Amino acid sequence: MAETTVSAAPHRTPAIAPRVKAAAVLFVLFALVPPVVTALGDPFLVLVATRILAYAIAALALDLILGYGAMVSFGHAAYLGFGTYAVAILSSYGVNDLFLQMLGAILVSAVFAFVTGAISLRTRGVYFIMITLAFGQMAFFFFISLSAYGGDDGYGLSNRSTIFGSDMLENDVTLFYVTLALLIALFALCHRIVSSRFGRVLTGIRENATRMEAIGYAPFRYQLTAFVISGCMTSVAGVLLANQAEFVSPAFMSWHRSGELIVMVVLGGIGTLTGAIGGAVAALLLEEFLGMVTDHWQLWFGLFLVLMVLFSPRGITGLVEQIGRRKR
Amino acid sequence: MSRLEMTHLDKSFGALKVTDDVSLTIEPGEIHAIIGPNGAGKTTLVAQLSGQLAPDSGRITLDGRDITRATMPERVHLGLARSFQITQVLPSFTVLENVALSVQAREGSSFRFFAPVAGETALNTAALKALAEAGLDERADLPASALSHGEHRRLELAMALATDPRTLLLDEPLAGVGGEDADAFITRLMGMKGRFTMLLIEHDMDAVFRLADRVSVLVYGRIIATGTPEEIRSDPQVRAAYLGEEEEAEA
Repeated sequence: MAETTVSAAPHRTPAIAPRVKAAAVLFVLFALVPPVVTALGDPFLVLVATRILAYAIAALALDLILGYGAMVSFGHAAYLGFGTYAVAILSSYGVNDLFLQMLGAILVSAVFAFVTGAISLRTRGVYFIMITLAFGQMAFFFFISLSAYGGDDGYGLSNRSTIFGSDMLENDVTLFYVTLALLIALFALCHRIVSSRFGRVLTGIRENATRMEAIGYAPFRYQLTAFVISGCMTSVAGVLLANQAEFVSPAFMSWHRSGELIVMVVLGGIGTLTGAIGGAVAALLLEEFLGMVTDHWQLWFGLFLVLMVLFSPRGITGLVEQIGRRKR
Repeated sequence: MSRLEMTHLDKSFGALKVTDDVSLTIEPGEIHAIIGPNGAGKTTLVAQLSGQLAPDSGRITLDGRDITRATMPERVHLGLARSFQITQVLPSFTVLENVALSVQAREGSSFRFFAPVAGETALNTAALKALAEAGLDERADLPASALSHGEHRRLELAMALATDPRTLLLDEPLAGVGGEDADAFITRLMGMKGRFTMLLIEHDMDAVFRLADRVSVLVYGRIIATGTPEEIRSDPQVRAAYLGEEEEAEA
């Protein structure tokens, strides 16, 4: 055989590095939010920003399966719900620690994602979307009927979670930075996952499942694992949202919420991770600003979404990358 | 022990019998070609052997082991690899990444979540070796979508080779490949003779008669003759059913 001219050592996907840089820029900008809005005399905006970051975590988690695994889950709000109710239920039993509450949320989410994922993954395409929606609705109605925690009306939290016994999260700015730290950590985790052996198999299944079977992979177990990881990560966002709102209700898990998460991922650019974060920021900021200008903000938001999908199918990420190329 | 054995395989799609009582034994190291007119059920037969389709009845054994109900990935791990008539690759992956995935399927667990796979030298080295065998190592860093048709056919072969098979099911590896490319491909397969047992589905008669130790003729789902290339060439039934048509068409 001829000597090989190509080196066996690192072959990297070139598209990833600039996206990590873009994410780093976003994180720095986020970190500047509290001092800036305090200087502007509008510290209330810190809470708004915390909500955005929590949704960015959920969108990131959804992108892991939607973008890299081609699994369009229309029931991901259920995991937001598990996160929020983990805070409410555990704190009513005196368990206030943030990390214990997260652990509870993750355990419940793992079981729910494992069972519903194992059933949903027997279907494809629109049937997968419908069946995940159905499971999401089942979780939604379970919490509606949970009268001990207010049912439909929701349940106010008497205090935020504690960290090692300290009530530091009562400070909005601290809650913001804890949320930001978790977003950065989970982004790094997702980035590692998609660049790993597992991530390559998951992406391969997205591209051509038959081919993957023909070289020895059973797609189901990889897809299910990704589905469980994604559900668990989404529940972390729920724990943070409960702390941000100091209130939990089934509204966090309605199917509209699942749809909004999909919109964030699509708006930001499917299968880019950084895009999911950008999409969450863009969607929620638009909601805030359009909501201030007009009562019919959803109409304008819809129009914006249509234009985006038509002219930049790869979302904000596609748009930014196009501009970047033109400048060069 | 025979390498691959089919016993009374039957498969119907509705009223159409696409595999009709097929029994065939492939010996270790043999290159066995299956020829037949379009619609004879060649690809359906490969699909049953590879595990993509289940036969309605009958039995398939690989190295004496019953694999009739085994899934496609299970059969790959038992040393049975296939290539596709219609190219099936991962278009947005590089050529090297496509083949490295084949290597990864047999080398260690794929439930590794943290270490970057692109830096795994052992995977890339083994993948480059398979690419070199298929004559595609110089294209390793291109995205698979950028390859020509002929190169896609070689990538199909490289991906199958990289699973470290003992038995190869090649479904028209030369489909759409002509001239020098086809010659080079046949020479490559000749060089692998003895290392792998091969079941070769092929339309290119030149390739079949150069490569095959034995040839079976499939017509309407049935095997009407099995023999050496010489025997098949002179079999009057085969000439009537198949070869004659080809020669007339070529004339």
